Amino acid sequence: MFGSSSIERLLIEIGDITYFAKRFFKEVFTKPFEFKEFLRQCYNIGNRSLFLVGITAFIIGLVITLQTRPTLQEFGAVSWMPSMVSISIVREIGPVIIALTFAGRIASGIGAELGSMRVTEQIDAMEVSGTNPFKYLVITRILAATLMLPILVILGDAIALYGSYIIENIKGDVSFRLYFNKALNALAFGDIVPATIKTFFFGFAIGLVGCYKGFNCKKGTVGVGLAANSAVVFASMLLFILDFIAVFITDIFFEI
Amino acid sequence: MITKAHIDVKQDAKSNNQPIIKIRNLRKAFGDNVVLNGFNLELYEGENLVIMGKSGSGKSVMIKCLIGLMQADSGYIEIMGKDLLSLNQVELDKLRTEIGFLFQGSALYDSMTVRENLEFPLRRHKHKFGPIEDTTPLVEEALKNVGLLDAIDLMPAELSGGMKRRIALARTLILKPKIILYDEPTSGLDPITSKEIIELMRNIQREYRTSSLIITHDVDCARVVAERMILLVDGINYAEGTYNELASSEDEKIKAFFKQ
Repeated sequence: MFGSSSIERLLIEIGDITYFAKRFFKEVFTKPFEFKEFLRQCYNIGNRSLFLVGITAFIIGLVITLQTRPTLQEFGAVSWMPSMVSISIVREIGPVIIALTFAGRIASGIGAELGSMRVTEQIDAMEVSGTNPFKYLVITRILAATLMLPILVILGDAIALYGSYIIENIKGDVSFRLYFNKALNALAFGDIVPATIKTFFFGFAIGLVGCYKGFNCKKGTVGVGLAANSAVVFASMLLFILDFIAVFITDIFFEI
Repeated sequence: MITKAHIDVKQDAKSNNQPIIKIRNLRKAFGDNVVLNGFNLELYEGENLVIMGKSGSGKSVMIKCLIGLMQADSGYIEIMGKDLLSLNQVELDKLRTEIGFLFQGSALYDSMTVRENLEFPLRRHKHKFGPIEDTTPLVEEALKNVGLLDAIDLMPAELSGGMKRRIALARTLILKPKIILYDEPTSGLDPITSKEIIELMRNIQREYRTSSLIITHDVDCARVVAERMILLVDGINYAEGTYNELASSEDEKIKAFFKQ
């Protein structure tokens, strides 16, 4: 299945990413701080993903409600629909699906952008001009991804619930106030807080992998495509691993 | 045109001055592939030194070691009296303000306008010119020197190859460096644009009194700009002298190089 060389390469890659993350934590607290570039990246990363996240979340809300309604109807439990949808979206579906969409959009974008800067010597030019490219390009992007994903997930959850409400309103004649009253009452502290905390880790992982792949891009223009592609694959894989760890820890502390 | 008298003046300068760049016994290998195998160099103030060699002969590796973008395996590099390997990051960044680097592919920042590209090196090193609030005069002066003031608000994607190279040159000039390193300044350009770039390099040297280290395999470029040349073969200084001395050499390897 896997040759020893592929396992070796994977382990080397994990080691390199760990060193990359270590460098991030070492340099993130030291001057100079690239605050202006960080804000620019927040706008770029957040704004660039907003439409995609909004559409994805809206469709998730519609689809979950449409798919689940017949089953709940069969058991006469259709009144549980808002609670069921809100818990499943806020706890798991919202963070994971939105993070995956975000990874597809942002990890590949960062990987390609930094990769192209690497192969055209723009990163070297930055270093020669006395600017630390790691601080200017990497730290700002990782921080922006870490902060923007939770905001996008919160917005996405709200949009998904609205999508679900529209179906409920059409099919079951449920009012806006009743739907959201039921949906929000079903949510507990243990649903919202762990789900929000894990999105910070998801955002960090997406930013880290995108930046690592782009910053260490080799093999010319072919390498740029590879960096963008492998950034999405690696980030998506990492998201599921992090999600499993997050759910495991949440289970210990909140007994879900 | 460089006259003999001009060369004599340079040679006088060599005998009186300390070199502004000194490289001793530089070695760099990538695995089993030895790229630099004891390379030596001295660049004097106001001098134009050309390093020639075939593609893959280690010219670009040498220049990247010199600016600290690559770590040499062993050897000694001294720039303006400072041992490069003993400098910390802050000292290295400060030293880099005295060195301009023209990259082979221009390396303009794609996401920034020409103005922002030129302002970028000033972000950290404005103090070099005292307290200045507005960087526009510095940017405009650098662009005027390369004849592209009108391109100030264009994006790099809107520029031709020759214009990109000129803007990159303006960016290296913005901090008024004492040394300029040129990595293949005419590669990928048509003959007319190459001549314009070469002329620009000579004007800049006259106006800014910079020392220039030019990496090239373009014999025409070397003929016009070189006051002294080093031929890099198999990672060592194979031959050294003026263009005419090397061009008239009877050595087979040197002859083969000039025939190309």
